[in-house]
Amino acid sequence: MIRIGIDVGGTNTDAVVMEGQRVIASFKATTSPDVTTGVREALTGALKQSGVAAGSVAVVALGTTHFTNAVVQRRDLAPTAAVRLGLPATQALPPMVDWPPDLRDAIGNHAYFAHGGHEFDGRAITPLDPAELRKIAKDIVKKKIRTIAISSVFSPVNPEVERQAGEIFAAAAPGAHITLSSDIGRIGLLERENAAIMNACLRDLSRAVMGAFREALESTGVSGRFFLTQNDGTLMDARFAERFPVLTFASGPTNSMRGAAFLSGVQDGIVIDVGGTTTDVGSLHKGFPRQATVAVEIGGVRTNFRMPDVFSIGLGGGSLVVEEKPGGAVTVGPRSVGYRLTTDALIFGGKTLTTSDIIVAAGRADFGDRSKVAHLSPALIAKTRARIMEMAQNAVERSRLSPEPLPVVVVGGGSILLDAKIGDLDVMKPNHFACANAVGAAIAQVSGEVDRIYMLSKMKREDALADAKQKATDAAVAAGARADSVAIVDVEDVPLAYIPGNATRVRVKAVGELAL
Amino acid sequence: MSSKPTKRKATPRAEVKTAGQARTTGAKAKAPKSKAGASAKIEKAAPRGMIGVADLDDIAVGGAILGTGGGGDPYIGKLMAQQAIRKYGEVRMIDVAEVKDDDLVVPCAMMGAPTVMVEKIPQGEEILTAFRKLERFLGKKIGAILCAEAGGLNSTIPFVIGAMTGIPVIDGDGMGRAYPELQMVTFTLHGVSATPMVVVDDKGNCILLECIDNKWTERLARAATIEMGGSVLISLYPMSGAIAKKSAVRGTLTLARRLGEILRESRTTHADAVAAIQSKLGAATIFHGRVTDIARRTETGFARGDAKFAGVDEYRGHNYRIEFQNEFLIAERDGHPIVTTPDLITLLDADTGVPITTETLRFGLRVVAIAIPCAPQWRTRAGLALVGPHYFGYKVDYHPFKASR
Repeated sequence: MIRIGIDVGGTNTDAVVMEGQRVIASFKATTSPDVTTGVREALTGALKQSGVAAGSVAVVALGTTHFTNAVVQRRDLAPTAAVRLGLPATQALPPMVDWPPDLRDAIGNHAYFAHGGHEFDGRAITPLDPAELRKIAKDIVKKKIRTIAISSVFSPVNPEVERQAGEIFAAAAPGAHITLSSDIGRIGLLERENAAIMNACLRDLSRAVMGAFREALESTGVSGRFFLTQNDGTLMDARFAERFPVLTFASGPTNSMRGAAFLSGVQDGIVIDVGGTTTDVGSLHKGFPRQATVAVEIGGVRTNFRMPDVFSIGLGGGSLVVEEKPGGAVTVGPRSVGYRLTTDALIFGGKTLTTSDIIVAAGRADFGDRSKVAHLSPALIAKTRARIMEMAQNAVERSRLSPEPLPVVVVGGGSILLDAKIGDLDVMKPNHFACANAVGAAIAQVSGEVDRIYMLSKMKREDALADAKQKATDAAVAAGARADSVAIVDVEDVPLAYIPGNATRVRVKAVGELAL
Repeated sequence: MSSKPTKRKATPRAEVKTAGQARTTGAKAKAPKSKAGASAKIEKAAPRGMIGVADLDDIAVGGAILGTGGGGDPYIGKLMAQQAIRKYGEVRMIDVAEVKDDDLVVPCAMMGAPTVMVEKIPQGEEILTAFRKLERFLGKKIGAILCAEAGGLNSTIPFVIGAMTGIPVIDGDGMGRAYPELQMVTFTLHGVSATPMVVVDDKGNCILLECIDNKWTERLARAATIEMGGSVLISLYPMSGAIAKKSAVRGTLTLARRLGEILRESRTTHADAVAAIQSKLGAATIFHGRVTDIARRTETGFARGDAKFAGVDEYRGHNYRIEFQNEFLIAERDGHPIVTTPDLITLLDADTGVPITTETLRFGLRVVAIAIPCAPQWRTRAGLALVGPHYFGYKVDYHPFKASR
């Protein structure tokens, strides 16, 4: 079976072709403003190299930073209505209260309160009031807003009122996109609602971008099933992704770490992804990236997505090398020539001394014109290389969880910088290391998740866990996993602090292989 | 103290309104316009003695450090206080010595599960309702607001009602940290009754309790809290200014603000946040380590458990264990207790200095555990009976932790 993985980054679009568990080709192209051209170029390049016919591709899995960047740069965002169900509760903090004002204004700051919502134990706060919702819908229609985010208190415990409200809005505001918070997030009203609102404001853009991706696939003759990777590194069907663009946020670091695990065979270790400007360091635990524990902000908005715990330093293949005074100390980065490496670096006839120049001068890599760096002194080369290794070692020590010698896997386009032991740790550079992120997309699995509160006074803990596991498994199968391959990868069972009565929050994640 | 608002530019302070009546039907909710409600960064610093929007950012972080792993994430409380300050104006913070002996001083707090509060955010006027109810019952205006618990989210709650009413907030609290039950305050040590106490929920339901002792108050209020949806706001321990002067743990809100400030500044200057926090608190390092195991239990419904750590750097070779019940209560080295409640045990992220709660403890986390001497009132016989290791069911005796390790 042929799978293709594509990673659409800010600078590069990478594609890999895989047959079963083997990478048979990889190709790097430049990301184009229209998205389509870059994807087509990478896809065509990789297919040509592999000798595989476009028609025999079964699966295309694509990771993209496009939607994250749209929010970060505040562009292409649609005016959005945020409707929250829970009155009289929650009025102290209206929707978008903790957003950066420019982003809130970019989507119009249209927030509404309505009755509905649940208590933590499943009781209703107040009943849903259809007349009230229709009145809000009228206002939304009058303001020509075409996308609506609906959030309800404790909807992870009971999503029913969000669904009912969604139906009412669908009828009263025909054609509007509707995003339900219970389809996206976990417990934590503001964070879940934030994700739902961001998703809603990206719906128009997602239609356009997904169209561009499809166009690129069709024009190359690829007709396999099409998936996008989400923030935990698992797949979602392209039609689903078009409705939930927010779920693509921060899938990049996850893909590259999963790709590194796959290419190297390392399940527990440290991954260093060296790009042009930055290096991301994270650790693998049983083949998956270790998750961050703090709330993650995207474009200044707090969310509760689980992101890999990645530490970034300003070191890459384009990092500037500066000798403070002749013979003095050397600084490397954080400034970088970035995508201008092929014009600005010395080896390409430019005037800027970069890390790539040093590595070529040292004879550790051969690209560009080596004669242009022949004048660099051995002392400068040695000092710079020592500094690079020191930076990498500090970052690795930060991610290292035990004194045991863990393998270090180096991936990414800038990997040439690192070629010796890092401290006492051996370094490996697997084949196709430059396209690890696209490989991570190609091998991605399918997941399902549950996050809810159970009352252990009403049921046994084992029954609650079993119920949550079943629900997570069902969700994974619904998302496209093969039922017999689904395994529970994460169980968290945290009793609610400060209230007796054995209310416990259970979070379960199930992952399986894509059913084909 | 008079409760008359000082000079204000903003909206008149809130009138008496029953929670649940205000702006409820199909309400159009506007987050603040960018001009007036910009982010804290560009908001002007409050004048001396006044607490403004930016101060709340610091108080919330410092409150979490004093929360000793519990007390709830102050984020929601912080946003509520900031909203109230933007709407009504800054809050005056005073030393307890400035309160008149016969002034009515009333502590306030959120009660229940912080996990519920992050989902079911308050209606917003609960404490106002509670204060008005208490004033009517006692026939006296409230002269000053007192923080019940400086650790965790309750460090922020007094500023919500302070901004709404213009009543000053006393720089101090009833714990100097966080504790799980409402009788566990220094006020109890001075014979103050928790009742009359008012419990108010998001719907406007309001319960006035009069109980025979503070343990009964805890029991009945806790039951009401669950019935009311797991998160309520309360005002309790009404007392005279004279008693407040004797019983309050002083200076804890300024301390929280300073801790937050240290963390913020060390982030921009890349200074050693952990060391700066320690020197401010007179704290000692218990260990540097990594989480190797976490076990959570639900024996009596409270979040209990213990976490194990492997020492790193100069602590390598030692094993550490911390017992928690909502907060961190006992720290052991190689099987021997070295710090116990009521002294404060706080875990900080080794890189950022950000405090770690019992709920965010994860395998592999690199932490610095620090110990901070508790308020002297807790080291008395009565104090230890209320919050010492025995009360929490540990067979360990309390040995005052000394700052020199």
